[in-house]
Amino acid sequence: MAEILTLREAVRQLVHDGDTVALEGFTHLIPSAAGHEIVRQGKRDLSLVRMTPDLIYDQLIGMGCARRMRFSWGGNPGVGSLHRFRDAVENGWPCPLEVQEHGHADMANAYVAGASGLPFAVLRGYVGSDLPRYNDQIRFIDCPFTGEKLAAVPAVRPDVTVVHAQKADRKGNVLLWGVLGVQKEAVLAARRAIITVEEIVDELDAWPNACVLPHWALGAVCLEPGGAYPSYAQGYYARDSWLYRVWDDIARDRQGFLDWMRRHVLETENFAGFRRVLAETRNAMAA
Amino acid sequence: MSQPAYDANEIMTVAAARRLANGAVCFVGIGLPSTAANLARLTHAPDVVLIYESGPIGAKPKALPLSIGDGELAETADTVVSTPEIFRYWLQGGRIDVGFLGAAQIDRFANINTTVIGDYARPKVRLPGAGGAPEIAAMAKQVLIILKQGRKAFVEKLDFVTSAGFLDGGDARERAGLPGRGPVAVITDLGILEPDPVTRELTLVSLHPGVSVEQVQAETAWRLRIANDLKETPAPTTEELSELRALHERTRQAHGSAVG
Repeated sequence: MAEILTLREAVRQLVHDGDTVALEGFTHLIPSAAGHEIVRQGKRDLSLVRMTPDLIYDQLIGMGCARRMRFSWGGNPGVGSLHRFRDAVENGWPCPLEVQEHGHADMANAYVAGASGLPFAVLRGYVGSDLPRYNDQIRFIDCPFTGEKLAAVPAVRPDVTVVHAQKADRKGNVLLWGVLGVQKEAVLAARRAIITVEEIVDELDAWPNACVLPHWALGAVCLEPGGAYPSYAQGYYARDSWLYRVWDDIARDRQGFLDWMRRHVLETENFAGFRRVLAETRNAMAA
Repeated sequence: MSQPAYDANEIMTVAAARRLANGAVCFVGIGLPSTAANLARLTHAPDVVLIYESGPIGAKPKALPLSIGDGELAETADTVVSTPEIFRYWLQGGRIDVGFLGAAQIDRFANINTTVIGDYARPKVRLPGAGGAPEIAAMAKQVLIILKQGRKAFVEKLDFVTSAGFLDGGDARERAGLPGRGPVAVITDLGILEPDPVTRELTLVSLHPGVSVEQVQAETAWRLRIANDLKETPAPTTEELSELRALHERTRQAHGSAVG
């Protein structure tokens, strides 16, 4: 049953050290505010899951929150590498990161399996790829009916999934639209779910077949307008490519990264505070 | 009539766009493939169907997307489905004619690497990873690959095979049971390579105007096979160039920077 909580309270109650955590979003509706709050609360030893880890996973990894990561594409979209992710993999800084690497088709199927209560997903995949040689969680089975060799991967079952959405009503029913990625599957695969939303309204006015996450399937709903910044929220605001571009410089250097995170995340009380300090930084850069 | 002036990136994009047939259903990678596929849509292939792995089917973006899930892709698409549906129903279901991919590294049998340079456990360079490429390369009826030619990219042996081309060559791909035909062309900034029909080794079949065989060989780390009837890539037309430049200009206005 969804409680309408502050994000600070939701993360405090529902995200624990050592949890398997999926903050999903396929370049749209990325739960940046929630990622920052996990950093602020100093959560440790997380097993991160995400198809497309980007800036917020770079931040979680660089701040030492993560012990391992299951993923299928890790980069700064349109810009290049995630330098904190690379430093953790290449040099073990600030701590070693165990990597469990898959492909998108596999991860998408693994979330579906998790949401379906199945132990594994099956797909036609990985033939000729080296990935199964380096990831013993990618295995092959014979179809019991045709004998065809198919790939099998364990279901994704996060302890906590966090996604951002456009709207909730006052009971905590959530509506999202646009590029949906694996958000619905990730929420339904998880034991607990936190949803941050742009606004809380009296009526969702959801059309038939709309993607609605019912309140009784969720743990917490948190009002975080702008909480997907610098990604976009369809119908609310556009992506801010500036932060993706300057992130490349910010994250390149360890001390520069730590200083930036201290000033913008650790020393701000919430995402609104982050946005305020970021605007100051941006103005100073432009001056 | 004099030919319009153009650069190596432009002829690469134009030559790649020309390979995409009108009406084809194309699964598009971000970056260079997305630029070429959209140029095809804006020139000779208005009815091409562009599918992006984030969920848009039939996307018709005015500016190039910066990411694989930009809002413009969703707003201009015929429909937007979930990512599991894209991979399960549309790709694995066998509905993709052309997979359009980029790569960090490629070998002579058009296998591609987007995972690591160097040892997997202690990589010299950690690349973004597989994304959708292994299954696109396996499942699409045919695959187009676009990347710049260079000795670090066109390597003798891949450090990591992320996505299969023709594996060890010959009929290795068919024996492995991969459903699609595999790569039909690799388009670079210097020329076009196609797999030999029997050995499946990439063969230089076309040189872009002003490029020499020696130049292409110098930018390839293996001894490159050259087609007997080596052709010259037709120069970009005025229309192709003006559409491409207008697309880049709209992209700069939309994002404040160029893409692909």
